[in-house]
Amino acid sequence: MDKHKELKELFNKGFTSLENRLNGGTKGELHTYRKDALKRFNELRFPTIKDEEWKYTNISPVIAKYFKPSADSAVIADAKGVDRFFINRNDFIHLVFVNGRFSDELSFGWKETEGFTVTNLKTAIKDKPEIVSGYIGKNAVIEDNIFTALSSAFIEDGTFIYVNKNTVVEKPVHIFYVTNSNEEIMNAPRNLFIAGANSQIKVIESYEALSSAAYFTNVVTEIFLEEGAVVEHIKIQDEALGAYHIARTEVSQKKASNYLSYNVDFGGSIVRNNLHTRFDESGAENNLRGLYLTSGSQLVDNHTRIDHAMPHCLSHELYKGVLNDSSRAVFNGKVMVRKDAQKTNAFQENKNLLLSEDALVNTKPQLEIFADDVKCTHGATVGQLSKDSLFYLKSRGFSHDTAMRVLIYAFASDVVHAIDIPEIRDYLEKKIAEKLATGLEN
Amino acid sequence: MSTTETNEIEKLANQEYKYGFVTDIETESAPKGLNEDIIALISKKKNEPEWMLEYRLKAYRHWLKMEEPEWPNVSYTKPDFQDIIYYSAPKNRPKYNSLDEVDPELIKTFEKLGIPLEEQKIFAGVAVDAVFDSVSVATTYKEKLKEMGIIFCSMSEAIQEHPGLVKKYIGSVVPYTDNFYAALNSAVFTDGSFAFIPKGVRCPMELSTYFRINASNTGQFERTLIVAEDSAYVSYLEGCTAPMRDENQLHAAVVELVALDNAEIKYSTIQNWYAGDKEGRGGIYNFVTKRGLCKGVNSKISWTQVETGSSITWKYPSCVLQGDNSIGEFYSVAVTNNMQQADTGTKMIHIGHNTRSTIVSKGISAGVSNNTYRGLVKVGKKASHARNYSQCDSLLIGDKCGAHTFPYLEVNNPTAIIEHEATTSKIGEDQIFYLNQRGLSTEDAVSMIVNGYCKEVFRELPMEFAVEAQKLLSVSLEGSVG
Repeated sequence: MDKHKELKELFNKGFTSLENRLNGGTKGELHTYRKDALKRFNELRFPTIKDEEWKYTNISPVIAKYFKPSADSAVIADAKGVDRFFINRNDFIHLVFVNGRFSDELSFGWKETEGFTVTNLKTAIKDKPEIVSGYIGKNAVIEDNIFTALSSAFIEDGTFIYVNKNTVVEKPVHIFYVTNSNEEIMNAPRNLFIAGANSQIKVIESYEALSSAAYFTNVVTEIFLEEGAVVEHIKIQDEALGAYHIARTEVSQKKASNYLSYNVDFGGSIVRNNLHTRFDESGAENNLRGLYLTSGSQLVDNHTRIDHAMPHCLSHELYKGVLNDSSRAVFNGKVMVRKDAQKTNAFQENKNLLLSEDALVNTKPQLEIFADDVKCTHGATVGQLSKDSLFYLKSRGFSHDTAMRVLIYAFASDVVHAIDIPEIRDYLEKKIAEKLATGLEN
Repeated sequence: MSTTETNEIEKLANQEYKYGFVTDIETESAPKGLNEDIIALISKKKNEPEWMLEYRLKAYRHWLKMEEPEWPNVSYTKPDFQDIIYYSAPKNRPKYNSLDEVDPELIKTFEKLGIPLEEQKIFAGVAVDAVFDSVSVATTYKEKLKEMGIIFCSMSEAIQEHPGLVKKYIGSVVPYTDNFYAALNSAVFTDGSFAFIPKGVRCPMELSTYFRINASNTGQFERTLIVAEDSAYVSYLEGCTAPMRDENQLHAAVVELVALDNAEIKYSTIQNWYAGDKEGRGGIYNFVTKRGLCKGVNSKISWTQVETGSSITWKYPSCVLQGDNSIGEFYSVAVTNNMQQADTGTKMIHIGHNTRSTIVSKGISAGVSNNTYRGLVKVGKKASHARNYSQCDSLLIGDKCGAHTFPYLEVNNPTAIIEHEATTSKIGEDQIFYLNQRGLSTEDAVSMIVNGYCKEVFRELPMEFAVEAQKLLSVSLEGSVG
């Protein structure tokens, strides 16, 4: 595996130049963490389809590309045109990153905050190093995942949110990771969201591109919910169609906290999402919703894991997919109920619509249960639109295509209906309709 | 649950295996270990034709290159393949004309198992090909079946008398390259059953083989092959008990079913091998490869299994739905108690058009056991209008056991409709209370609820088996409630 060695070499070189650039930032605990991550990265091997976790997702195209760490890139981040992605200019807090670099002039609403801190990670590392190193790497461990190790070795910037206890952040925080590069680069943003006791926050993460060259986003997000915290987290992945996106989100939940996740995938050539949540104390709840609309030769792989480590917790999961052309989707949902996690309720569902002959879906809902007083169900379906529904609409004067579109839209938009931010919900519904309209034309 | 109940339950849970005993019959055994000479010896002892030996050797050479699989959700001490006796036959095998000539020890064994041969003859409709260790010792009803053109005999006999048929079908569903244990079995299998139902014949009785593991340190490598020609029908039963002992015994069987146009094969299993003692010592390793091929159009293969025994069960009776409109079914009840581990399920491979499959799996875990359902539903690119319905339910009894489900759905055709549902729950306190209130003891209440829970599967079993299965379930679970 010389290629792998070469690639590792390349990243090691990139790391040296990162160290030079950090210039003094190489002391502190955080840098020790970076170095540990790099060490682990060098020890781990790239997964192949022989690894159960990567059975259906072949990442060799990602490895074949020799992506450079983005900060090394000579390309100056050009932020022109970024504002077209903004959904609500007035009422949201905006943070914009271009090619992994924070853009001060495009971001707004983030400075004049009270009771909470929204900033870029670089600033947080400077201002609150003890908080950052107190949380970073606590949820997303580098041991078992080479991409997490790689991303962690290159921690430089990203989003840092800290909400003080009993604070309700009224304005949704909208974070944009925009890529505009003709070079093949790797962006490794790192997000750290900490919601204090009884606080509430809504965060939207958007991945967009202005350029069309292949690039690689390798993002790690860690979310901490203290007692009674409520976090609504919407991730909109709309990367360029030639891009690779590997994301890992790790959530830990304390007593009676509530985590809501919406994970919507539109873009990307190979996409892999790992969303893991863990109940650290009892009485907590989460709701994970996902939607993937794929066409062309896209591959979207969603791995979720809900760890019921404590009793009296509740989890709901609904992932839906619409697959067209020769696209592929993978769903692997694991619900784990630990030994003493009695009175656990866990419900999981995965539904897939195949629209073309060549589309392929591999789904594996998985339950691992070690407690007896539990209610756990999972369901998975793969199918087409019901002929009766189609007939009904056609008999009411809908053309075949319109009828199809209406039904698929109803199937897909169900996932985003419950989003609490009307602008985002409307945006996503429109986006779904657009993607379906173009997808169905062929 | 109250303490008295718990005590009673514990008492019942500590019951020893009811069918544990060793029959003392001298056996003629090959030396321990596995090499090409041993394989040649097995082949020679059984007076096999050259092609059979070659097949065995090819399998053995392939096996040497393979690694023991690690992926199942079970943990155990790996068997030492050089510490197993691969051939043992009851000595001086006589040809019996009547039951009186049969070794009385053997008759006693069968009586303890509750299958007295003399009664078997009277029992309407059950022909028994009893396998005592690796060699068949008694066969009944053969004459009657022969008249209809049905061949039902031991594998060794089939190799002697119907080499053409065996050669044509053996390894056609489970090739020796399939997996580690299938390769091992192909190399060293000693006996098994062979059934052939010719065109248009509906087998008038349930064919049945009682497998029995005896003789210390003998791995049992059974090979079963059932072929149903066009429009034929057969129902085959397999049931087992085993003597109690301390060393792990490996059982790696291969079962192959072939159904041609419009044919139907129904294969039912009750497995109650020794599961080891409370600490999990001893007990059978049951690593079986079972697969049916729906080769012809409108063919149907149905697997029904009740798995209560073995310390480790690891098997996936599968259907390859190759013929158009073919149907595959899988009904399973898997019970684990104490230290037992089961990783079982099915594979439904849809290849032909309009193929349908149904999976109903009921897992029950008690004690500190682990019960895993692992299933694959695969719809090939050309398999238009495939339909699958899967349901796998787990019931947990006690808070130290585990239930796992790993369903894999791989769908490559947009016209497929695939549904999978799974639930995990425990027996409700209110359900037990209701039955207590009606005068049933907690024990009986649990037994009744569990039987109700498994009814969907038991319904698929032939009558006599269904009764046996219910009893077995009560025995296996008795006292595990708590």
